[in-house]
This record gives sequence, C-alpha cells and structure tokens, in this order.
Amino acid sequence: MRFAVIQFPGSNCDVDMYCAIADVLGEEVSYVWHGEKSLEGFDAVLLPGGFSYGDYLRTGAIAKFANIMPEVVRFAQEGKSVLGICNGFQILTESGLLPGVLLRNHKLHFVCQTVELKVENHQTMFSNLYQKGEILRIPIAHGEGNYYCDEKTLQSLEENRQIVFRYVTENPNGSVADIAGIINEKGNVLGMMPHPERAVENLIGGCDGLRLFQSILSFWKEGIQVAQS
Amino acid sequence: MHRVKIYITLKKSVLDPQGEAVKNAAKSLGYSELANVRIGKYMELEWEGSDQDIQERLDKLCDQLLANPVMEEYHYEMEKL
Amino acid sequence: MPNHEPTKEQIQEQGLYREMGLLDQEYEAICKILGRLPNYTETGIFSVMWSEHCSYKNSKRLLKKFPTSGSQVLQGPGEGAGIVDIGDGLGIAFKIESHNHPSFVEPYQGAATGVGGIIRDVFSMGARPIALLNSLRFGELSEEKTKYLFQEIIAGIAGYGNSIGIPTVGGEIQFEDCYAKNPLVNAMCVGLIETQDIQKGQAIGVGNPVMYVGAKTGRDGIHGATFASVEFSEEGEQQRSAVQVGDPFREKLLLEACLEIIQNHADILIGMQDMGAAGLVSSSSEMAGKAGSGLLLMIDDVPQREAGMSAYEVLLSESQERMLLCVKKGHEQEIKHIVEHYGLEAFVVGKVTDDRQYTVMQHGEIVAQIPVAALTEDVLAVPKASKQPERYLSFQTEKAFIPENINSKEIWERLLAQPTIASKQVVYQQYDYQVRTNTVVTPGSDAAVVRIRNTDKAIAMTTDCNSRYLYLDPEIGGAIAVAEAARNIVCAGAKPLAITDGLNFGSPEKPEVVWEMEKTVDGIAQACEKLSVPVISGNVSLYNETDSKGIYPTPVIGMVGLIEHTKAITTQEFKAEGDKIFLLGETKPEFNGSELQKLLQDKISGIPPSLDWESEENLQEELWQAIQQNLIESAHDLSEGGLAVALSEAAFPRKVGLSLEVPFLLRDLFSESQSRILVSVKMENVELFQKVMKKTPVFALGEVTNGSCLEVRGRDGIVSLEREKLEKIWREAIQCLLKSKG
Repeated sequence: MRFAVIQFPGSNCDVDMYCAIADVLGEEVSYVWHGEKSLEGFDAVLLPGGFSYGDYLRTGAIAKFANIMPEVVRFAQEGKSVLGICNGFQILTESGLLPGVLLRNHKLHFVCQTVELKVENHQTMFSNLYQKGEILRIPIAHGEGNYYCDEKTLQSLEENRQIVFRYVTENPNGSVADIAGIINEKGNVLGMMPHPERAVENLIGGCDGLRLFQSILSFWKEGIQVAQS
Repeated sequence: MHRVKIYITLKKSVLDPQGEAVKNAAKSLGYSELANVRIGKYMELEWEGSDQDIQERLDKLCDQLLANPVMEEYHYEMEKL
Repeated sequence: MPNHEPTKEQIQEQGLYREMGLLDQEYEAICKILGRLPNYTETGIFSVMWSEHCSYKNSKRLLKKFPTSGSQVLQGPGEGAGIVDIGDGLGIAFKIESHNHPSFVEPYQGAATGVGGIIRDVFSMGARPIALLNSLRFGELSEEKTKYLFQEIIAGIAGYGNSIGIPTVGGEIQFEDCYAKNPLVNAMCVGLIETQDIQKGQAIGVGNPVMYVGAKTGRDGIHGATFASVEFSEEGEQQRSAVQVGDPFREKLLLEACLEIIQNHADILIGMQDMGAAGLVSSSSEMAGKAGSGLLLMIDDVPQREAGMSAYEVLLSESQERMLLCVKKGHEQEIKHIVEHYGLEAFVVGKVTDDRQYTVMQHGEIVAQIPVAALTEDVLAVPKASKQPERYLSFQTEKAFIPENINSKEIWERLLAQPTIASKQVVYQQYDYQVRTNTVVTPGSDAAVVRIRNTDKAIAMTTDCNSRYLYLDPEIGGAIAVAEAARNIVCAGAKPLAITDGLNFGSPEKPEVVWEMEKTVDGIAQACEKLSVPVISGNVSLYNETDSKGIYPTPVIGMVGLIEHTKAITTQEFKAEGDKIFLLGETKPEFNGSELQKLLQDKISGIPPSLDWESEENLQEELWQAIQQNLIESAHDLSEGGLAVALSEAAFPRKVGLSLEVPFLLRDLFSESQSRILVSVKMENVELFQKVMKKTPVFALGEVTNGSCLEVRGRDGIVSLEREKLEKIWREAIQCLLKSKG
C-alpha cells in the first residue's frame, strides 16, 4: 500500500507520520510537497500535525489554498482514505471536507498529555481493528482542538455514526459532545485531534495508535462492511 | 458612560509574522496589488466614570495592560452613550 | 551618512559613546587602534562587539579554567554549539543561552526569541535540533507581576518550540525573591549531527560571497547585546527600543533550508553563522575573525523591512530568523534556488577580502572600516576588582541550622506545596514534549531521555542549579550543580558526556559579584575535572540587577549523557508492589540553604551541604553499573526537600504505598545532604545489587506496598501520610498560587 504524507510549510509531525508508516506499519510512504499537484499512484493520504503557514490568521486557513489541496479533495471524492491529524484535522474542516471547526481550547492553553479515547464507531476504514467501545490511550498536543459545530450538524454526526472517537474521563479542550475525531458521511475522510502516530511503539507512549493505521491497511487489502445509516 | 473602541497593532518597526504570512498567501492567490498587511487586536470597552480624566485613565490602562508599549502601539475612539 | 547622526567630534566631546555602554578607557583604546576618531557607525560596532555578551571580556579569564577537551569532544567552545561523539558516526550538538533582560521587558516574545536563537545556534552547526530544555527563575509566585511573567514566559517558550516542532523535554524552575525583577530565561537546544556535516562559522577564500538568508532586517532589538550587558533601572523601562518578535514558522523553513544546504550541498558551503546578539555585525565579523580574513559588507544589498535605515541600524539590528552563509564563488544561484523551495530568499551582501579589515559600504561610500581583529580579538578587558562579600564570612562562622520540634507530617505537606518543589505539570503540559516521537522519558523526571532513531542508543539531558547553595558558598554550590546534573543523568541510565553552562550573575561592577564569578567557576571547573565532563559550550549573562538588587549566582548546568542501549533507560517512579527500596549515600543533618530552612526561617544562611568527591564518584559509578546489569527498577536523585520529596515523587505516578524505616531522626527526612539516590530493586535482584554497590553506603528502607499511605518510621517516631491527599497538594500548588489574589 502506498501512503502520501503531505508537507505544508510549517508541518512538523510529517516525520512522525512517515516513520509510523515506514518503520512500524512497514508500508510504502512518500512525502508530497504542498506545491505538487498530483496524488497519482497513492492509496491513502495523510495530513500531518504542525503549524501550517504558522497557523497565522486561523489554523488551516492558508493551507486550504495550497496547490495540492484540490487534488486532496479529488482524492477524497474518489472514496480513497484521507486522514488528517491535529493540524491536518483543522485543514480538513477549513477546506470543507469535514463539517465543523476547531476553536481555541477552552482553558486557552496548549495542552500536551496522554488522554483516554473511546472508540465510538469501530466499523470504519480507520477503526475496524478496534473493539466497539474500547478505551485507547493516545497523546494529544494542541492549542486549538476544541471541536465545534451547530446543533443540526451535531445531530447528523450522531445519527450517521460519524463520531469515531470521543474523549472519556476528561475532555481536554472543551469540544462539543466530547468529540475527538469525526469521519465524513461517505466514511473515507477522518479528522482527529489526538496523535495515533505518536502511539505506535511501546518505548514511546504505547501502541494504541498502531491499529488505526493497520485498519487502513486491512481495509485496503480486504475491505470491511462499513456500516452506513 | 462611553463606548471605547481600541485598536492595537505592532509598532511599525516590529516584525508582524502574521501579517507577513497573510500577505504572502493573498499574493499567491493573485492579489499582487497587496503591498502590506498588519494584524492587530480590536477591543470594545464600556467605560463608566467622569469625563474629566477618562483619557488619562485609558492611556494608563493601555500602557499597563492592554498593550505592551515596548512593541505595540494603540489608538482609540470614544463615543458617548 | 544620514545627517541626524552625531559627528565624530560630538561623540568624543559629549561622551556619547558612554550611552552605548563604552567606558572612557575603551573609547580611548578604540581611537588608538584606528589612529583616528571613530564615527557613529564605528562607535556602535565597537560598543556591541566589546560588550560582555559578544566579547566575554569580564569572564574570559575565568572561562579558561574550564576543562574543554576529552576523547568525546568533537567541537569545544567558540562555535555556535559544542559537539560530543556518541559513536556510529553521530554527534550531539548542544548549547544553553540566556535571554533574561528581553524576557523581563516583553516576556512572551523575549522568551520565544530566546528559544529561536538557541535553535539557530545548533542548526548552524549542521545539527538537526531534537530537543529543547529550559531553566527558569522567578520571584515569589505571590507577586502579581511574577504571575504575569511566569505565565507569559512559559507561553512564549511553548509558542516557539511547539510551532517549530522541536520537543521541549525538560527543565527546571526555581522561585526566589532575588529574581522578582530579574527573571532568568535560559534555553538549551540539543541537536543530532552526522559527524561529516559539522560546520564552522567562517568566511575564507578571497572573493567568496557572503550571503544573507531569512527574514528582512528591521529596526528591532537594536543594541540588544549591550542591553543584555547593562544594569536595569525601572525608570528606564519605557525607553527601551522595541524588542524582537519571533516567527517560528519562518525559522522552521530556515532550519530545513540550512540543513538541506549542509547535508546535500556541502561542496559549495564554506561557513554558516546565525545572526543572533548584535546581529549582522557580530556574525559577519566573527566569520572573518575565525578565518583570519577580511570582509566587505554592502549595506544596500541587505534586505530591509523599512525604508531609510542607516548602516548603524542595519548592522546592529537583532531581527530574528536570519542566517549568514559564506559560499564558493559562482554558486550563488544554487543557494538562491535551494532556499526558494522553502519560500525564502538569499542575497549576496558582501565578500571575503584579504586585507583583514572589516569594511562596510553604503550608498557607494565606506561608512566603517575597522581591523577585524580589533572587533573579535583585541577587546580591551578592563580588570574588575574582586572582594569577598561580608555575608560569606558570617555564613562561615554561623551555627548550623537544625530544625527542632517540628511536626514532620505538617512539614512534609508544606514542603510539597512549595512552588520550587511542587509539580510543574501545569507548565510542561503546555510544551509539546512528544513531537518527533523520540521522547522516552518525559518532563517531570530527573533527566529527560530521547532515543536516537535507527540505533539502539538514547541520550539523557538535564538542566540543574540550586542557586541557594551558591548564595551561601559559590564554590561548593557550583560544584554541587555539576554533581547533581551528573547524578540525574546517571539515574536515567546514562554516562555523562559533557556540559554547557549558562552563567548568570549580577553586575561585575560590584567586586562581590566578581568574587562570586571566580568562586563559581572554580567550583564548576573542579567538578568537571573530577567527573570527567568537559564544558563544550556556554553563555555568560551579567548585570542581572535591577535598582542595585542582584540575583544569586546562578550557573545553570546543562548536561547530556549517553545511554548505550535503550533497555538501560531508568525512570524515577516506583514500579511494583513488593519492590525493595534502598537509599544510597549518607544522610547528615544538613539544612543550611535547604527548602526547609527557607520555609521555616524565610531566609537562608550558613554553610551549604558538603560534597565529598570520592562518595560522589563511587555512587555514580556503582549505580551506573547496577543499571547496566538491569538490577534497578527505579532511581531518583535526592535534591530540594530531601528524602521526603523524593519518596513522594517516586510513589505518586503508579499510586503505590510505602512502608519504610529510616536509620535517622524524622527531621532528617528533609535534610539536603548530597550524593544520595533513592532506588527500588526487585526482590530477586537484591543480592546482586548489594554486591555491585561495593563502596557506596546502602540503606534498606523497606518496600513498595499496594496501600494508600506513605508510612515512614524514624528513630524518634513515625509519620504517616495519605498518598492521595499529598499528591493533590503537590499537583495543585502552583495552580493555586496563580489563582490566589496577591
């Protein structure tokens, strides 16, 4: 399987993402510079964390105009896997691939810690190797991860089972309905604030994030029954 | 009672990284006529108390808290409510 | 020359050079070197290049005492950062630097640009920055101004490090009244380098172009270096020139562009140097100075953010995120092309000459011409008088402080609420300490540990300095700072490799401060010799005084150690029920300069804890051996607050209980005797462990339980504390202080 890691100026989790795929998952992976225009030959696209364009103005606001973004949109429309983590999630909401927006954390500070996540939907191409309701320990590191959407959107997210991960025990950023990660209606674009790529080795913060990448691989190889309402 | 609108920007001699990034992004979208962007803060205050020393008190508040005179400058507009 | 600048004669007659920080003798020496009066630009150049910050004129003679060599040293002091060898063709580059004064004036940006500056020092060597640490000093948290400084400085450090994507993995914070108007912000950066990539900041080869890469030059931070070298007065606060604003986004691009040039285009690169303190003038003259060349600088070709800047302003500006490169003639376009990929521009701003002159041209005229050596070598060092402070003598003769009739339980709880001891989670959770996914041991430990990808190795890092001991006795205190740093490194399972020192003192115009500097350096030098850890880089920050009130001598020791195999990585927390707990090293009733003395007497005095080199060396060597043999479950250095605090910190993370007996009085739980480490050992390893600890005194204290109490029996009674309550006190103390109203 071939993964693309998009590099925006200011991305800084690009290396982490690359290593998680290359060294731990053991699949092919390449960096794709923001100025490129094609994702030809890739099976999944990863939008890494960081501070694209300094995150000046609004997080993700400038990145959505990058040359590569129309191609990411096309890629998503084709139904291929697109995963945005942290700043990647912010870029996905800014570019309209996912609903809602990420606001400043309710306590106004950047927060780096390991949080507990509940797998709300284990029947997606990103979560099929998790158990339903399983509790994961995954690191977060963000200043603007407070997911917000209007009530109508929230209702449809709930109804369509688009909420994939929720914070349990403690909501670190004040997000609506404890949302940590959501998927688009079609089920092929996932955005999440926590960093699964930081939890793929026992030496560094545990292995709970690895199965997310393995899920993508297993879906690509075998497919699963993705439940849609 | 006054409504005070305060505008705070970085001094001209101070680099504004936000403004720079926004300028560059706008230029790459084709707004080549854009010469400069400065980004600042806008605040609205409702101010009670006498008219006499309002300006002095406002300046003090700006210098003490709202702006850092080392790198920022400010101006404000007042209207009587 | 712009007509608003004073003439040569005016500078002399009105003594204007004094406003720039030059002494009469220095000005006279400059006139002699030039054989004429210096103009305004030249006077400005001398004032920054001869400032303490750039020239180390007051500290140079002292710094010579430090051991700087060793088989592991690949690059000693004098470059952007020092480098040590870790095998496999890899080196670790690191350096610490202060940004104290700017952080007082504009705490967020001051701290942020301090981080930015030290990162540039490290990547200008060719190293990929892999970790940041910091050492901070504040006044008491009960002061409103201190709360503001504390929050803004931490936000600034976090803002820069998080954005550029380098993990902030460790550090230390101490609170003491002497720092109220002189907060200290020392930032350390650690980088990984392939030894073939090591760069030097030099400009050689006549005709080779000097290129400028990065942000444009503005009128910001002019005279920052002299500013860092003069004493503060609060009245003057308003008149300072604008401080710099950092742009971590641009620095990230600059970092990638520079590493790309170093790693893939080494054949066309001759030297690279950060434009840090004293900006363009410092970096360009140093590049020429190190190579023994001359340099011609064309001010008109320097990219400028504002119109109408004078040569003086362009040369002295401390605008951030700029780098100076010397490249092979004819390859200018290649450099431009490489940096353009990262959205940056490169400009030829000068060239190497063979006349050994530092020549600056603007609008077709020479605006400054000075022998390079006069700026970098022939700095006039006006000797400063040294005098033993009166307090020292009275401390030496004072009766030792021994706490009497204390309630151990109450003291234990109160100590854990002291901000210097309390949990710093509220601070470090604002730092992204995991980005780059190599951080094995996260902040809040004795030392942070970062693994080296594609090897089985890891490095341990720490910053340490208990300035209270230095206030009592700078020589012993300086030695303790090094010993403690080494102990922290060893507790992580590492062998100490080298140190970087951030020396912070008051005004050298005071003979007592000069004495403190001398003694501190003696103490550090001796400790480095004993423990075989050379000094490979560092920074000196003087004039940390406001309204004549100075700081305690604060030499921050940044140390790096090597862990050969990641399986040796050891942490401080107790692991499992039934593990045996041992205290290594002798406990004496030593309370002078302790957290306890401060708590009970609201001041410190007397002779600090003693340090015995033989015990220290044995302890470190034997513990290291035991860890390598996989006999140790946890290891934690004893420092502020003594055994009581170490036990608490070791028990909290895994929520274990303790049932212990100590061979001394309960009050000695708070003693700060040196050369002590708390360890836990699995039952089946106890025998072997005791065999390894041949020379070090080992005291079996008891074991880890699954209970909810920390229970310690002493010679004079028993103290029992509820773990949950104790942890809450420790965890929430700083947050509570921040919220409480003055």
